[in-house]
Amino acid sequence: MVITKSLEEFGKYIFFLRKTFSIPDKWTVYGKRTIQEIIKLGVDSIPLVIVISLFIGAVITIQMQLNVTSPLIPAYSVGLATRDIVLLEFSNSMLCLILAGKVGSSIASEIGTMRVTEQIDALDIMGINSANFLVLPKITAFVFFMPVLVIFCIFTSFIGGWGVALFTDMISVSKYIYGLQAFFQEWYVWYGLIKSLVFAFIIASVASFFGYNVKGGALQVGKASTNAVVSSSILILLFDVVLTKLLLQ
Amino acid sequence: MIEVKNISKSFDGKNILHDINATFYTGKTNLIIGQSGSGKTVLMKSIVGLIRPESGEILYDGRDFLKMTTSQMKSLRKEIGMLFQGSALFDSETVLGNVMFPLRMFSQMGKGEMMDRARFCLERVNLQGAENKYPSEISGGMQKRVAIARAIALNPKYLFCDEPNSGLDPKTSILIDELLHDITHEYNITTIINTHDMNSVLGIGENIVFINKGRRAWVGDKERIFTTSNEALNEFVFATRLFQEVKDYIITSEHNKKQGGTM
Repeated sequence: MVITKSLEEFGKYIFFLRKTFSIPDKWTVYGKRTIQEIIKLGVDSIPLVIVISLFIGAVITIQMQLNVTSPLIPAYSVGLATRDIVLLEFSNSMLCLILAGKVGSSIASEIGTMRVTEQIDALDIMGINSANFLVLPKITAFVFFMPVLVIFCIFTSFIGGWGVALFTDMISVSKYIYGLQAFFQEWYVWYGLIKSLVFAFIIASVASFFGYNVKGGALQVGKASTNAVVSSSILILLFDVVLTKLLLQ
Repeated sequence: MIEVKNISKSFDGKNILHDINATFYTGKTNLIIGQSGSGKTVLMKSIVGLIRPESGEILYDGRDFLKMTTSQMKSLRKEIGMLFQGSALFDSETVLGNVMFPLRMFSQMGKGEMMDRARFCLERVNLQGAENKYPSEISGGMQKRVAIARAIALNPKYLFCDEPNSGLDPKTSILIDELLHDITHEYNITTIINTHDMNSVLGIGENIVFINKGRRAWVGDKERIFTTSNEALNEFVFATRLFQEVKDYIITSEHNKKQGGTM
């Protein structure tokens, strides 16, 4: 029963994507809407990304320092471990799980409200492909802007760790900075960026799908918003495993 | 003219529309009336293509809507304007932005031209001075008028209105009715209004289709509605105390006339 329903939903999702990825009715309108969405979904998320990254970067550094107690392990390994954790997992998977909450619920509730207030019907009546008009700019904007958020996240996390080194005596600043640079693998950055693009697509498309298919009223919009966050979080974790296996092995 | 022929629709095995036939005339305010749950909204949504009926034909001036290709349907939609029950204005756009929206999407006009056209439509619905307000900042009646202005922006041939008076006070309802009636005659539009408001029926009902339990139960105009022998329609029309009193008054007057005539 659950499998049948999941397959049915997946089928609907594929049809929804097919409807979404068609040629826009008017390119100028599409361009303007995409810029608006970049600001709304991307630029407006920067403060949240900065705050979270700053604190998590600091926490990772403290935890590394507390756990690396052996005299055989060099002190700079705290910086190295912080860097790799941030590059491999925090700046993409964890960040996207957090953004699934903020951006995903915002997209689902916005489109869901448009559905229940008949604004989507109004677009359809006018002969506009409503899925394409509403959803494509959101997906494009979020996928386009996600690497910027990831880069912000990486650097702010490093600053958080640097703050720990600067204001406490847990590790010296020079060793922390040396650790950040030691044994650097460029591929880790690309790996993180590739994952974040996939996750951004999941967040924007899944949230739009749940919002677009709302039936009922305000209560159902709330439910759709919750379902969007839960589903996109699960998909992010699932794809995290798949992409890690594919890209790092 | 829009002709509906043998339209049927069911949901989850339950028949909502049974073999509906109706004609909606150009230059007239055509009303679909019926109790809540009678199927009138499903009928209207079927006519505009938001719901696909299981059988039948929907002819827009002879063109079968259900047999059209996607591009034909898209071009027909540009000839359709619709006023939704909740107005369905775009929250993120101002009043002017809402009226300009269909022009931006479908016309080749320049920005200045579009603004002029949008302002003209707003003037037509007596809504000058509200251009820069957002839908949440104006009253329900004003929202309805903005929705009418948006619906007529592209000079539609067909105008659909789903319960245009719902949630409005009687005075504003009359204004909206008069506006729809005037626009229909002025631009020679085929207007279809879905309503259960008897004031609208008596005010602008030039062609009335009564739907009862998913079937077309009666067709006529506002002059004939009080004298019909259709039981379901009588029950619908005289459901309120006011109209019951009007009926008693009419019967008494006619009785008095007859008595006066025989004397």
